[in-house]
Amino acid sequence: MVLPAEIRSFLSEAGELSRFTGRFFSQAFRPRYELYEFTRQCYLIGYSSLPLIGLTSFIMGLVLTMQLRPSMVDYGVESELPSIVGIAIVREIGPVISALIFAGKIGSSIGAELGSMKVTEQIDAMEVSGTNPFKYLVVTRVFAATLMLPVLIILGDTISLYGSFLGVNIRGTTSSHLFWTQVIDSLAFSDVLPAFIKTYFFGFAVGIIGCYKGYNSSKGTEGVGRSANSAVVVASVMVFVIDLLAVQITDLLGLN
Amino acid sequence: MPEEATIVQSDQLISADTANAVSILHLYKSFGNNHVLIDFNLAIKKGESVVVLGKSGSGKSVLIKCIIGLLKPDKGTIAVFGKNVSEIKEEELDKLRAKVGFLFQSNALYDSMTVRENLEFPLRRHWIKVSQVEVNKMVLEALDDVGLAHTVDMMPVELSGGMRKRIALARTLILKPEIILYDEPTTGLDPITGKEIIDLMNDIQEKYNTTSLIISHDMNCVRMTSDRVVILVEGKCYANDTWDRLQQNKDPKVKQFFE
Repeated sequence: MVLPAEIRSFLSEAGELSRFTGRFFSQAFRPRYELYEFTRQCYLIGYSSLPLIGLTSFIMGLVLTMQLRPSMVDYGVESELPSIVGIAIVREIGPVISALIFAGKIGSSIGAELGSMKVTEQIDAMEVSGTNPFKYLVVTRVFAATLMLPVLIILGDTISLYGSFLGVNIRGTTSSHLFWTQVIDSLAFSDVLPAFIKTYFFGFAVGIIGCYKGYNSSKGTEGVGRSANSAVVVASVMVFVIDLLAVQITDLLGLN
Repeated sequence: MPEEATIVQSDQLISADTANAVSILHLYKSFGNNHVLIDFNLAIKKGESVVVLGKSGSGKSVLIKCIIGLLKPDKGTIAVFGKNVSEIKEEELDKLRAKVGFLFQSNALYDSMTVRENLEFPLRRHWIKVSQVEVNKMVLEALDDVGLAHTVDMMPVELSGGMRKRIALARTLILKPEIILYDEPTTGLDPITGKEIIDLMNDIQEKYNTTSLIISHDMNCVRMTSDRVVILVEGKCYANDTWDRLQQNKDPKVKQFFE
């Protein structure tokens, strides 16, 4: 039986990505370690994404609260608004939305940067200069994305809850103490831990897919654009796939 | 077949002669069904300047990328200073690369770094133990060699095409390589800038007594820089002689380059 071209192409791409990931693990823990470049990437990836993730998280918290309020009022559970919003943001909406924003910003930037370096022979020039370009460019960026996204999501969730606090107080009056007590009381360890762990996988997926697309870029400037674009699309889809798997695993482990 | 004088006696050329900086023997390289290099043979003596001439897509760039170890040959031997590039370990290859400069066709300057950082990069990556004062001196000396010391703190994007080529050459020179591989050094440059680059290449050859392998299809560059010209046809070293002798050759495959 001959598989349709689209399926063959998908399987081939998945195979190549798996090989690329295998190469990452085989090189990541062997010296020489590119600590300076890793630190620089943490700064570029983490710090530069903070304003965008902070802003979107704030708006998300505010809007979510304002949208939920009428239904909560109808059911007479308006007082539970901080608890509901807290659970929704920390468990699901915060990590996923921030990861999607991160995929859009960092996935495309890594894809375009490495793609451009590839087509202008800068990657070859690095190799000639006694540098393992895979370690210098890929390993550092993937580690930086993996470690920075969880930090950004913690900050994003906090900012989002501040947005929610503002939303609660637009049509009512809730003290800061009451709001935060309700939010924290509603969250259990089993809410926070799985949500936190999956963010590492989101970060890894965004980093590795961005690097894979950029590193294998071809066909000149058109190829660079295509790499950046497909890095965002594939990384965003992967965020949802990982999220789905994470929910299933937490369910199996009885953490829901 | 080309005339007697240009016929390539491959196995005689590729002896274990220690005077050879580069020896290539029975080199094969394919990309799928595209056979780019087929039984290619070449020897370059120390201090010699050899130009590989061939049509676009004939495998010239593939050849020098195999020499520097960026591409792995399917078959054959490439010895640089007697070391087989495709068999030595990564650390040894890095050490060897410190002796071989490579001027890329696209210059390959790192866009995100200043000219100074671009030049410092190979020094730092090859673990050359020198103080910052010494590094600064080396950077300025290399920039002086190409007449662009004033651009040290500029970004590559601020430079013209000719200036970028010179900076790329300075980056190649900073490690004082014994061999320099030039990939189409004058492509994309206007004739005046191209001539300046050619003069610079000749000055470097004279000043540092480097061995040069130049890939080109710019006949002006070939004429002015070559001690010997190798013509690459259908993946093979078809002819190998001086510019003057090849120019008088009547073989149609040789003649087409000189018409």
